Amino acid sequence: MSGDHQHHHHDHDHAPIVDPEGPASENEILETALRELLIDKGVLSAADVHHQIDLMDSRNPALGARVVAKAWTEPAFRARLVAEPLETIEAAFGMPMSGPVELSILENTPDVHNVVVCTLCSCYPRMLLGIPPAWYKATAYRARIVREPREVLAEFGLELSESVEVRVSDSTADLRYLVIPMRPRGTEGWDAAALAGLVTRDCMIGTAVPTLRDG
Amino acid sequence: MSEAGFRFRVGDPVRVRPGPPEAHCRTPAYLRGRSGVILKTVGIYRNPSQLAFHKPGLPTRPLYRVRFRHQDVWPARRVKASDSIVADLYEHWLEAEAPATGV
Repeated sequence: MSGDHQHHHHDHDHAPIVDPEGPASENEILETALRELLIDKGVLSAADVHHQIDLMDSRNPALGARVVAKAWTEPAFRARLVAEPLETIEAAFGMPMSGPVELSILENTPDVHNVVVCTLCSCYPRMLLGIPPAWYKATAYRARIVREPREVLAEFGLELSESVEVRVSDSTADLRYLVIPMRPRGTEGWDAAALAGLVTRDCMIGTAVPTLRDG
Repeated sequence: MSEAGFRFRVGDPVRVRPGPPEAHCRTPAYLRGRSGVILKTVGIYRNPSQLAFHKPGLPTRPLYRVRFRHQDVWPARRVKASDSIVADLYEHWLEAEAPATGV
């Protein structure tokens, strides 16, 4: 319907435009009602809810980047990380990691480049990286990365040699995946803090690799 | 020798059961009927298609990481590279496959 600019359809992403003063959505009403009932019945407290939100906010890609940088600089840590990821991160960084799902480490090599997706829903290593980006949850990424991975990676600006195996891990079950990218050349002698600055969120999903921008 | 509780071993060729679809089975439709190779035995877990309906998820199911060649999943795309897809699949969705020739 041309001329209807209130409900236009388009193919670019942006956050939903919401009127902060507008009426609550059905999901917002449901969340509020459920939360108030649970608090009234003493199942949990308002403080519990806010503690959980704070905990989730404390998990973000910067934490994952520190884990990757430590793995690059300390071979013994890396070996423990691969063998027992959550226990090793908890011990080294003092953040509680145990939960209903496990973490598994995917190590990039000169021959294998790992990429993570959840085609069925939006499984993501939240215990380490926090909230996933919107594109990770979008149908387009989930459908296309398993079908045309090189085309999708190229759209992220990542072109890989045909000799490299692009290995897409579909998080279908009880494991979440963290990609450990390869340490870039030219970073010999860098300390872990400087190295962590190269590791973006997308590097740990596998849609990017760490690069030296001014190199 | 198989690891205790696991019917398949690392390296075994397997085929994903073609269906029929089952609610919340965690076996993606695009892999059903496709052939792959066991990459890793992951562990023993409760059955997600029962857990989704608040049932106990018993009996527990062995879980595997299975590697599929991209060209075996999407033959029409004629991709030459050694690209692959790896998924975590429960044993009751897998059946033994005769080893492929010429691999």
